[in-house]
Amino acid sequence: MTTLTAPPERTAVPSRREGAARPFALVRHSVALAGRSLTKTRRTPEQLIDVTLQPILFVVMFLYLLGGAVAGSTHEYLQTLLPALMVMNTVFASVQTGINLNDDIKKGVFDRFRSMPIARSAPLVGSVLGDLIRFVLLIVVQLGFGYAVGFRIETDPLSALAACLLVMFFAFCLTWVFVLIGMLAREPGAVQGIGFMAMFPLTFGTNVLVPTDTLPGWLQAWVDANPVTAVMETARGLMVGGAVAGPALETVLWSVGVLAVFFPLAVRAYLRRT
Amino acid sequence: MTYAFRAEGLVKRFGATVALAGIDLAARQGTVLGVLGPNGAGKTTAVRILATLLRPDEGTATVGGLDVVRDAGEVRRLIGLTGQYASVDEDLTGTENLVLIGRLLDMRTAAARARARELLAYFELAEAAARPVKTYSGGMRRRLDLAASLVGRPDVIYLDEPTTGLDPVRREDVWGIVRSLVGDGVTVLLTTQYLEEADALADEISVIDHGRVIAHGTPAELKQRVGGRHLDLRPLDPARLLDSAGILAAVAGTQPESPTRGTLTVPVEDDGMLTAAVRRLDEAGIAVAELSLRLPDLDDVFFTLTGHGTAAPAGTGGAGEARTAKTEEAVR
Repeated sequence: MTTLTAPPERTAVPSRREGAARPFALVRHSVALAGRSLTKTRRTPEQLIDVTLQPILFVVMFLYLLGGAVAGSTHEYLQTLLPALMVMNTVFASVQTGINLNDDIKKGVFDRFRSMPIARSAPLVGSVLGDLIRFVLLIVVQLGFGYAVGFRIETDPLSALAACLLVMFFAFCLTWVFVLIGMLAREPGAVQGIGFMAMFPLTFGTNVLVPTDTLPGWLQAWVDANPVTAVMETARGLMVGGAVAGPALETVLWSVGVLAVFFPLAVRAYLRRT
Repeated sequence: MTYAFRAEGLVKRFGATVALAGIDLAARQGTVLGVLGPNGAGKTTAVRILATLLRPDEGTATVGGLDVVRDAGEVRRLIGLTGQYASVDEDLTGTENLVLIGRLLDMRTAAARARARELLAYFELAEAAARPVKTYSGGMRRRLDLAASLVGRPDVIYLDEPTTGLDPVRREDVWGIVRSLVGDGVTVLLTTQYLEEADALADEISVIDHGRVIAHGTPAELKQRVGGRHLDLRPLDPARLLDSAGILAAVAGTQPESPTRGTLTVPVEDDGMLTAAVRRLDEAGIAVAELSLRLPDLDDVFFTLTGHGTAAPAGTGGAGEARTAKTEEAVR
């Protein structure tokens, strides 16, 4: 390095102090960091296996393994199954965000983010926003494969789109639970363990995979209370018809509630972690 | 007197471990403070407190007169941090890393790109700019890390062991960068395990051990305390060790020590002593396997200041004990 005689120009670009007064810092910084997250996803596409192969695998498994027994006809079953699987897989995908963050946050670059004058929660919000692409991809694959094996939207495209957006919104809010776990746990494996322990009763304890009248009373009570049941009912209602207003309201309330509780907790855990 | 940063009485505990036991550090604007100490002395903890990444349990620290706890947000506008482990993103390219930092500092995208290009060229990373950082060598990572700290033109830069693990040529590069930063009016806190590095760069040095400052002064003052340069000698024939020790004692005026079997070391005051030693060894017909003049290493410094080496909680052996073996015993 022989050219180290002239230091970089120190006047050409605005200093940190001038920039800081600009508004919407959280949004701006989160978007920049979501871009980082997207670039990483693009460079390591193997991380997308859970949102590309798993939706296909689940359709095959549930439709052909259980469909005959549960509904008598696989086509009947597919119509109720597919919206439910869409919800189930996005919920699983939200656990993965917590696992990834647990690993990511240990890297030195988070020390740099923390020592910079940016909105405190921006590194977390950015990562979660960047992971929305995973939900989009998942839903596209889920619906695409569903169509290939005979699933048909019986309402209208706008309602179907609303179903997709609502499912994504719920998954986005639920992600903060796993971000919190990711901030508290020491190892990615622990996040996975805790995450999936919470996932199974949430995703399987619903009324869409099997008829609830075969279940014991205590399990029926859980299925009724389970927010994922409401999300699955909403998605099904918007895609193949049925009651929507009640479960949709329930979904939104749950989503907002989960976000309101777990977002601050996750940010606090992030800031306390050293 | 105005300080660019100042820490007073910092205490930090991690469970039962006391990382900092009341440490004072300060540097005036545009100077380099070298913080010299072994692994585990508390260097990184002190840096992390000054960089607002950790809160002290006791004591206060200010940067540009702003409290690192109360005014953390403002302090972050003034500082740049280069950690012991490169704080850059492995999956992003060099350019992407720097542009991201620029955008987080609220530069417009075009300005962030221009700044990234400028810094990459300055750090001789232009050719690697489009490659993911995980393909970089250790030296390239350090340079990118330094570049990342400079994107926002900070007033104070913390360099936590910036040359650990670098080969001597790359170390000199980093030194050159630090010198040009200081020429630019930036204040630098440099932690290091090498007296040589602190001597080359720092205006003042604080030597820390077990979370306390055990010595503070200019490099000249410190070297005076630890005996300046040392002359190391290893005669080819170990049987001539005692004769060699006699010669060194006569030249340097003090009895040499024998840190390891077959070698001698003695503090020397001026360059003339080296030539004198060479002449007299030659006259005595003693063939030399190794003869060198060097600054004391961290172990010498610690031995002089604390009576034990860096590795040694008193009496557990290692460097401390070796040093106490005086020439005569070693020769026998």
